[in-house]
Amino acid sequence: MPDTIPVDSVGLITPQVAHFDTPLVLACGQTLPNYQLVYETYGELNADASNAILICHALSGDHHAAGYHSMEDRKPGWWDSAIGPGKPIDTNHFFVISLNNLGGCSGSTGPTTVNPATGKVWGAEFPMVTVEDWVETQARFADRFGIQTFAAIVGGSLGGMQVLDWSVRYPDRLQAAAIIASAPKLSTQNIAFNEVARQSIRRDPQFHDGQYIEQDTIPTNGLGLARMLGHITYLSDDSMGNKFGRQMRHDTYQYNYEVEFEVESYLRYQGEAFTKRFDANTYMLMTKALDYFDPAAREGGDLAKVLSKAQCEFLLVSFTTDWRFSPARSEEIVDALIRSGKHVSYTKIEAIEGHDAFLFPIPRYMNALRGFLSRVAKCLPKENA
Amino acid sequence: MRADLQLISDWIPSNSRVLDLGCGDGALLAHLSEHKNVAGYGLEIDAENINMCIERGIPVLEQDIDQGLQNFEEQGFEVVVMAHALQQFRRPDLLLDEMLRIGKEAIITFPNFGHWRNRVHLGIKGHMPVSEFLPYNWYDTPNIHFCTFNDFRDLCQDKGLKVQRWAAVDGQLHDHWWTRLMPNLFSETAIFKVSR
Repeated sequence: MPDTIPVDSVGLITPQVAHFDTPLVLACGQTLPNYQLVYETYGELNADASNAILICHALSGDHHAAGYHSMEDRKPGWWDSAIGPGKPIDTNHFFVISLNNLGGCSGSTGPTTVNPATGKVWGAEFPMVTVEDWVETQARFADRFGIQTFAAIVGGSLGGMQVLDWSVRYPDRLQAAAIIASAPKLSTQNIAFNEVARQSIRRDPQFHDGQYIEQDTIPTNGLGLARMLGHITYLSDDSMGNKFGRQMRHDTYQYNYEVEFEVESYLRYQGEAFTKRFDANTYMLMTKALDYFDPAAREGGDLAKVLSKAQCEFLLVSFTTDWRFSPARSEEIVDALIRSGKHVSYTKIEAIEGHDAFLFPIPRYMNALRGFLSRVAKCLPKENA
Repeated sequence: MRADLQLISDWIPSNSRVLDLGCGDGALLAHLSEHKNVAGYGLEIDAENINMCIERGIPVLEQDIDQGLQNFEEQGFEVVVMAHALQQFRRPDLLLDEMLRIGKEAIITFPNFGHWRNRVHLGIKGHMPVSEFLPYNWYDTPNIHFCTFNDFRDLCQDKGLKVQRWAAVDGQLHDHWWTRLMPNLFSETAIFKVSR
């Protein structure tokens, strides 16, 4: 809980809801007749709507990227370190939009909301959504605000995939793209991790084929396990080693299956805490969206050909100890952008935090983002610059 | 802008695609983009330089040149530039090959170790040269492969490369009749433009 709101915070924020009644045809073939998206905004939209930055969230993120919902909040939004007055995504210059993606579980239409056709909670009946579907909903959302062109679109991990898709789906609707700790498609190993996560959820007896909310229960064991596994892959060997080493709960071995090592306790806690804030069906949907993403497939695997449509300036960032989306994966995007002659800068940040590094305010990383966006800010009309 | 960069800039055709290996703060590419409509990328590993490039909008890639340049396709650039850095790499000869695989032409500048003052340092005083221009001690210098004007010219000859242009200049990057006449003895900086 903040005693006072820090001066570089966007302050107290109230999420808002936007309803959409134009049917949305999804990549999977199904159509949503209507839907709603919950969102937050920080800063002021300028007169010609040219200073908007869209934040795309990752697997377990949501619309609450910065600031506090109340003075009782224990922590600010998930990317508060980067968004605020004077921060790299500077709300003194930019109007920042962060929304909860379709299929999410933080207020946007998704598995935990009611299907108007049946009057029941969607649950596993909610259609599969893809990165492309999200970009479509985000574009419609921009239309609602009268935003023809984003000053920048920014995202890490799965969020970076949305940015990548934006750059080629709506090339004239963004000036700059920041793609952080991301990849042009998942590796086999990544898909494999996702499959284990999904299986652990589906095999939980409380899953009830995805209709667990109707049964007034939650597959906590399965979802917790999925999160434990995921969490390991977001950290690096070194960061886990530094944090826990072989620290033990007791002075001597207990020779049982209770918590012996502190890392076990930590993972159990992380798994359990996650089940209190996240929905299992949404988790499965998000992992599938990751698996399906492969824009190069549209051009026979030629990523450079796909990216040749892009018009914006790119910043790519990777982190040395990230093994879920390793630097080599970001470099695939960079190389394709070079081959297609695009304006791209790339920096590989020394960081111990693994994939999670993209959420940390690492000075070099923050400076790169700040420098990149300050150039964008300079191109804005005078009132914002 | 550093005077050698001005000189290099004059040797680069307008509207070309340039790769600048060890681009520093991006001064050359900024100049080329502004005055010659040149599009290009810089490679750099220094954090401050990288950030400077990003801030001024110069495309910069964090990449260690010693780890190779395999990610660049053949003949993707008109000119590949390496200013004052060739002597800092593990295998300058192989790097030169790579530069000419990636680019049609390569422009290289390097400090001429054969300059008379260096010879005095080593030959008379018996010490490795330390000067305003080469301010390092032998143990902390990044310059691990010093060569002379003639050494580099010979390397090009051995490799069968065409020297398109060369310049031999003093510390202020001016050329004189004496630097032109005896470049190996009187030039402090050597500049070569080579191709296959």
